Amino acid sequence: MDRRTFSRNIAVAGAAAALSPFGIVRAQAQKLKVGVILPRSGYLGFIGQSCQKGADLAPGVIKEMLGVDIELMNADFESNVDTARTRAERLIQEGANVLVGPFDSGAAAAIAQVAEQRGVPFVINIAAAPQITEQGYKYVFRNFQTAIDIVRNGLDLIGDLFQATNTVPRTAVYMHVNDTFGQAMTKGIGALLPRRTQLPFKIVDTISYDPAAKDLTVEVSKAKAANADFLLLVCRLNDAIILRREMVKQRWNPMGIVSPGSPGMYEEQYFKTLGKLSEYSISNVPWYNPAAKLTRIVEKAFLKQNPKDRLEFHGLNAGFTFEAILVAADAYKRARSTDPKVLAEAIRQTNITEKMTLGGPIKFNEKGQVEGIGSACVQNRNLLPTVVLPASAATAKPVFPMPGYKKA
Amino acid sequence: MSFDLVANVVVAGVLTGLVYGLMALGLSVIFGVVRVVNFAHGEMMTIAMYAATVLFASLGLDPFLCILPAALAFFVFGYLLQAGLINPFITRPEHSQFMLLVAVAIIMVNALLMVFGPSARSIQVDYQLESFELGKVLVDKARFFAALAAVVTAGLLFSFFKFSLMGKAIRACADNHLGALVVGLDVKKLYALTFGLGSVCVAVAGCAMVLLVDVTPPLGPAYTLLAFVIVIVGGLGSMPGALLGGVLIGVSEALAGLFVAPSAKSMFSFGLLILILLLRPQGLLGKKA
Repeated sequence: MDRRTFSRNIAVAGAAAALSPFGIVRAQAQKLKVGVILPRSGYLGFIGQSCQKGADLAPGVIKEMLGVDIELMNADFESNVDTARTRAERLIQEGANVLVGPFDSGAAAAIAQVAEQRGVPFVINIAAAPQITEQGYKYVFRNFQTAIDIVRNGLDLIGDLFQATNTVPRTAVYMHVNDTFGQAMTKGIGALLPRRTQLPFKIVDTISYDPAAKDLTVEVSKAKAANADFLLLVCRLNDAIILRREMVKQRWNPMGIVSPGSPGMYEEQYFKTLGKLSEYSISNVPWYNPAAKLTRIVEKAFLKQNPKDRLEFHGLNAGFTFEAILVAADAYKRARSTDPKVLAEAIRQTNITEKMTLGGPIKFNEKGQVEGIGSACVQNRNLLPTVVLPASAATAKPVFPMPGYKKA
Repeated sequence: MSFDLVANVVVAGVLTGLVYGLMALGLSVIFGVVRVVNFAHGEMMTIAMYAATVLFASLGLDPFLCILPAALAFFVFGYLLQAGLINPFITRPEHSQFMLLVAVAIIMVNALLMVFGPSARSIQVDYQLESFELGKVLVDKARFFAALAAVVTAGLLFSFFKFSLMGKAIRACADNHLGALVVGLDVKKLYALTFGLGSVCVAVAGCAMVLLVDVTPPLGPAYTLLAFVIVIVGGLGSMPGALLGGVLIGVSEALAGLFVAPSAKSMFSFGLLILILLLRPQGLLGKKA
């Protein structure tokens, strides 16, 4: 290196050093690296893939909305909590500025620990176990209802359903997956149902089962023997399919299958696998607002990327995943920095009013939890998840009991 | 708790247990003769399940009609696997055999993931959601046919070992390896034949099982473990023991699910395993070493 080159390099380095305290060089040159951790394989695989569609469309839509460049770093945690932990570690090592995911409460709890230890913001797309945002974490944020909120909204919608259909079921058999989410929901139902005096039914039997179960013969036999009016179900996707098939095999026709707030029965795979047997199942879940401006923008991008799909099947998964990345991008735009502390503080100050999902604005409370997210009663009709309640958002009237129901 | 409910659950347990038993029978036959524990057993069954889904999707073949081509293909595959890969390891230490077959299992799972992806696949046939009514007992048609296929296959296998010359030669190898060599039997060829026959059991079990459960690549290790539990309960190397073990595990899981908690089903099969290991280490129908 000659003297002239040396002097020039020193001058360039000096200029860069002089500008860097203002964050000018760094903020404008960087992309926001978002580590997206989802269960794209394993027993939650279909739902993980559905969430991934929301992540995939986010960089394009957000670039147009906010002018922010996003680089997705995708990781599959294979529906395994331990793998979720190691994937989170690896994404952080590889430079992720923020983590998004993971659909599952058990995995969310594991990733939250990693994010907190490493001081990297983690925005949860979907996971309902309340304890995740009850630990005093500084880097963990959730734009999704907690199990208690889901159950509260879900039970209220069940009351509305009975009122709208003028029915008075007296008994229910409660079946639930035996995982972190299922147990959180069960706790919520146990706490809230006795206080819902307007609900006319009581639970006559509770049956828990393995979320990765391959055979539910015994469980369904036991539930059928309870001779309850309807099935109250907290499920995932694969088990919901197995369970519905087994109900047909065992010729069990209750008044209905009603979920107070769990995935499974509104997923595309449920319709594809079961065809007409998927009809009339009801899920009271956080849902997207078809009339929102952002929904139309997202739908356009979704159909461009997935011309053979319909947003109705992926609205919840893709919607909440998209919004989680939107939260990160919005914070990055305001913070002008990828510094994790600055980014976490900016996320805490989020106030997004133009959103895709039902409910109030995205604003985090002191625990990192968004409050006021709305639910809808979604019934499977004509092989599509259809909003039937609340009446303000409904596109069809609810049907309950299911056709084919015969009182034993 | 009503008698109808218990009867329904027991019948379902027996039928499922018979299919489990056929799968484990393959493992037991291979171990009984070759003295090699096939750690890729469940993975092989998963391949058979995928084969049935492919034949169903491409040719519309009912899984029970897939049994014949799948059994033939698996016989050849098993024969070649033993002749080409496992035979050289017969005289090596057990840990070498263990590592070899674990490696084969891992390759199989990953190959399935590469070819079919991680998503579950299933077969939908007309009779899959139907059931027979025997009084107040409902018998799932698909499960019944699957159990029937298991019983017929096991019967044919027993007959082969009992009445055919080749079967007797294989039994001679199993009873006295040195004696078989002395009388001039081609032991390595008989080992390959045995592995082929064990693979046939796996193929039939896979074609039947695909009507009862959806298939994913990671399903294999769980079935390998289940097959081990069954053969240890029934007696490693005992053919009737494998079927009996399958039925016992099927029924005990079903009853545990009914009387205790469905999510604690597998705890009971492992509990049964520990009990058998304590009280009768050679298994219910196994011979003392």
